[in-house]
Amino acid sequence: MMRLFLLLSLAVCALFFGSLVVGPAGLGFGESISALIIGDGGPLTLVMREIRLPRALLAVIIGASLGLAGAAMQGYLRNPLAEPGLIGVSGSAAFGAVLAIHTGFAGAFALGLPLAALAGALAGVMLVMVLAGPRGGSLTLILAGIAVSALAAALTSLVLNLSPNPFAANEIVFWMMGSLADRSMTHVWLALPFITLGMIVLSRLSRDLDALTLGEDAAQAMGIRLNRLRLMLVAGVTCVVGAGTAVAGAIGFVGLVVPHILRPMVGARPSRLLWASALGGAAMVLLADIAVRIILPARDLKLGVLTALVGAPLFLHLILKLRRGRL
Amino acid sequence: MLGYLRLSKVKRLRLILLISLAMRAGATSADEPARVVSMNLCTDQLAMMLAGPEQLHSVSYIALDPRASAMVEEARAFEVNRGLAEEIYLMQPDLVIAGAFSTRATVAMLRRLDIPVVVFDPAYSLGDVRERITQMGEVLNRQEAAKALISEFDQRLELLREEVKEKPRAVLYYANGYTSGDQSLAGQILSAAGFENAADEAGYSSGMKLPLEVLAVTNPDIVITSQPYPGASRSEDILTHPVVQSLRKSQGSASITDHNWVCGTPHVLRAIETLSEARILMIEQEP
Amino acid sequence: MSLLSVSNLSVKLRDRPVLCDVSFEVKAGELIGLIGPNGAGKTTLMRATLGLLPSTGANSLTDMPEAERARHAAWMPQAREIAWPVSVETVVMLGRIPHLASGKKPSETDLERVNDVLAQMELTDMRHRAATRLSGGEQARVLIARVLAQDTPLVLADEPVAGLDPAHQIAAMQTFAGLAQEGKSLIVSLHDLGLAARHCSRLILLKQGRLVADGAAETVLTSERLADVFGISAWFQKTDQGPVYQPLEVIR
Repeated sequence: MMRLFLLLSLAVCALFFGSLVVGPAGLGFGESISALIIGDGGPLTLVMREIRLPRALLAVIIGASLGLAGAAMQGYLRNPLAEPGLIGVSGSAAFGAVLAIHTGFAGAFALGLPLAALAGALAGVMLVMVLAGPRGGSLTLILAGIAVSALAAALTSLVLNLSPNPFAANEIVFWMMGSLADRSMTHVWLALPFITLGMIVLSRLSRDLDALTLGEDAAQAMGIRLNRLRLMLVAGVTCVVGAGTAVAGAIGFVGLVVPHILRPMVGARPSRLLWASALGGAAMVLLADIAVRIILPARDLKLGVLTALVGAPLFLHLILKLRRGRL
Repeated sequence: MLGYLRLSKVKRLRLILLISLAMRAGATSADEPARVVSMNLCTDQLAMMLAGPEQLHSVSYIALDPRASAMVEEARAFEVNRGLAEEIYLMQPDLVIAGAFSTRATVAMLRRLDIPVVVFDPAYSLGDVRERITQMGEVLNRQEAAKALISEFDQRLELLREEVKEKPRAVLYYANGYTSGDQSLAGQILSAAGFENAADEAGYSSGMKLPLEVLAVTNPDIVITSQPYPGASRSEDILTHPVVQSLRKSQGSASITDHNWVCGTPHVLRAIETLSEARILMIEQEP
Repeated sequence: MSLLSVSNLSVKLRDRPVLCDVSFEVKAGELIGLIGPNGAGKTTLMRATLGLLPSTGANSLTDMPEAERARHAAWMPQAREIAWPVSVETVVMLGRIPHLASGKKPSETDLERVNDVLAQMELTDMRHRAATRLSGGEQARVLIARVLAQDTPLVLADEPVAGLDPAHQIAAMQTFAGLAQEGKSLIVSLHDLGLAARHCSRLILLKQGRLVADGAAETVLTSERLADVFGISAWFQKTDQGPVYQPLEVIR
């Protein structure tokens, strides 16, 4: 278990540095790192500190958020298909953010954007949990997710289409697919407090989620307070997904792929899967974000395109597996 | 029935031609189209400059938007269209003028309804501006007015083109991080006003996405951005990114592209004038 | 010493009474068989006793705070849910949760306890196997082991031996009886009246949400009651090898 932890941490560190040195400006490794640390106020420092550092930092915190939120929701619903992007939580958060930006709420005060996204995510999470019920059967969960995603996407498109700004309509892709391109430290500071808070809340659920392996009745009889668990789960997922989506759009499938790959390596224990998925999520988003810059350097290929290309086939595979009742 | 369907293409074309000729004959005496509808911002402006009295019937609604249109006041005199086939058909025009970027479906539909449509290409250079004026003169059968406009354009441009010793390095930077290289109207305006287009030297001459990093490393003397539209958008977010902000703070006045930059009409001369003044100010301010 | 005292326990689900004024007391060292036809309210009675269902009436267990309750009574639901392919050992260790201080890892005592119950349920050989890949009967044993690991004076189990082979059914009942001899008490719902009569020290018979009989097997399983409650006839005899009970025919 320690080995997995070290391995994942090393991967995150390596990819973090990788993310710092990849970019269209084509700087050397030593050159970039010294420009980042020493800082002479020249254009190189500007590139490193204001473009690449926030990008790499956001990849880490948003990836960790998505991995953790996926693992936590799966543990709670006892369903490997629960993923914030698929079940519409990210989409609802994006709707909140879009609404805030286009009504001027985001411009009115500093925390307007993340708070609106949080409200959207909260609505999404609650809707799915009410629709799917506490047992979270695959069919109801996916149906609820489709309904919530579709509604959120439609409302997002509506707001963007009504905007007087001619660029707005083209931004549907960003909100649906997510991107970390050209974000600044402002965005990091906007998202970080909420994500930290949400991650602390979610990480405290490990024992409860373990107990839930045996079902709600057994868990409750072991002294697990289900109402508190539900409340903390909703609050935690809302914080991490809401804040992440507000600054980077809805990046799907990370919370599905990462826990699925890591589950066998942690003996399928929901508690261990939490931190493992956080690290794995950070690594996956860093990797995807490096890949979009290498594959199509000048085109701002959306992050979610890449994660979906990996995630959607896996999703289908999972459905087949569930149908055979092997999971 | 089958026989009708098998009517040869040639025959059908001839039929259409006959009908349209008949319709034109019913209009004014000469070849001059009497009722012209323009559905593109740039053709709107050229048509307003060249059309005879009562000749132009309608312009696009964008002609009334001060952000994009240099001729808002003039445009108020005309009916406004939103570029929909149905409304344009009901205006019963003799001629419709569209831009190359007008909806293909609309243009095709109008043609199917036997309405003659002329499509104008956008102007990518100052030379193109002259060509478009000539083309518009021909289409409206107002060749004399077009010649007069071109000679005025040439004279004013000659006055503006002075020899510039010290060319400041500028980058045009728009929403979503797009830039304009030399092979674009904006790029030509830039060089006519005595600037070096720094995007060119970075290898982004054909007008594409200029990564923020490349902008920072290029380190231009001035960043010229577009005017933000109302209702915030994430695409325009990039114009307030710390990197762009810091380039603007350290390097001179922040110029903004306005309605004079949008279309290949003689109004580009105003854009060149304003930009030249900004350059002179910049050079004076430098120690 | 009384481990549980319940009086006038009533449960309503959507305004329909499913349990009416049930009262009983559990002393240390009892193996109680909870019997009754389908829908008589066996599961409801156990869940209400544990405080998993809202109920009215006095209940010594629900008077306790939740954390203490989890150290006093363990519960094995009928649905044998193991959501993830975790190892047998991990499932059994879950039973130690009520004994762990928050954020603490399992101690030596916890590990010892887990080893003991694994051995007791003959699971030591498969301790590292994924619990979801075991057969239904093996899973049932794993879940019984989990309940035993919780190490509570009182155990409630909903049909713990359903689906086990005869050998393991008897073994499980003998394990329960052994626990009762150690001073623990168990309430076990059963459909197999033969097993109930043979292994339980006491039977509680439910009919339509009411307690109709409570006592030793020979006093509870009279032929009139069997006809009335289950609609069957049966053969019942105390033999040299203990009480033997065999249902014979449906008489309704």
